Amino acid sequence: MTNERQTLIAKQFISALPYAHALGMEVTEIGDGHATITMPYDLRLVGDPETGVIHGGAVSALLDTCAGASVMVHGSKPVGTATLDLRIDYMRSAKPGDMITARAECYHVTRSVAFIRATAMDADTSRPVATATGAFTIQTAKGGKT
Amino acid sequence: MKRPEPVQVIKQRRDKALQSLLQGVPYIQFMGFKFDRRGDELTGIMPYQDMLIGNPMLPALHGGATAAFLETTAIVELSWAMMWDRMEAGEDVTKLRLPKTIDFTIDYLRAGLPRDAYARATINRSGRRYASVHVEAWQDNRSRLFAQATGHFLMPQPDTNT
Repeated sequence: MTNERQTLIAKQFISALPYAHALGMEVTEIGDGHATITMPYDLRLVGDPETGVIHGGAVSALLDTCAGASVMVHGSKPVGTATLDLRIDYMRSAKPGDMITARAECYHVTRSVAFIRATAMDADTSRPVATATGAFTIQTAKGGKT
Repeated sequence: MKRPEPVQVIKQRRDKALQSLLQGVPYIQFMGFKFDRRGDELTGIMPYQDMLIGNPMLPALHGGATAAFLETTAIVELSWAMMWDRMEAGEDVTKLRLPKTIDFTIDYLRAGLPRDAYARATINRSGRRYASVHVEAWQDNRSRLFAQATGHFLMPQPDTNT
């Protein structure tokens, strides 16, 4: 599969996920075990009305989606994946008004598990908003359901 | 001896305090989370909506929606415990600041089905500065959890200029 074709499929795949769509997520870069997804600032997603900071749950959803996407485009070509666990560290509040960008890397896979790390950033890319590590299930075409 | 307050007065005060907490957070409204109160015990409810789906093939709830539900339940439980004594003493608790998540670890035990989900949080440690909370979520059967999580939270500090 060519990289462009893979990218196109991945983009369509993410936009078909109702929850990713509801939060306005967009794939900007994907392939070879890596994914970058953006989520625009939205008043509906505010978790702290006093400061206008986005709710941690929305950031979690972005990191989870991005991590899942990076698993799907890993070289081992899984046909399906699901989150087993995800640990999220919130380093600082995202700046109200800023788009949030998540980048995930699927850095190791075994026959049935994929390991990922991911980072979420706002416009200030030097200091992450949140980081995540997690394990995902892997379903491979020949191995059947895991 | 002081006469106990009429039950309606107590209920009204508690429900009003809980509603002000929930209505103040746009994300809770966006997600449609509800909280059922029995005395001081809260049960989070995530009523099913099509937008919560993350895997249209199965279909299954999006892990991010589940994470948001668990994290919100933890924060609401902490805030509720924090405001309880002041609320019962008749103070105005409508302007409380919320705890901030430091970290949150979610365990996905099984796929979330396309139906309502429930969650209950337990505060395992609550200090002046930090709190540790565990949350369990289930759907049809209380003993078959579909997700659980543990998180650490930074408690809001009383207004000082230091």
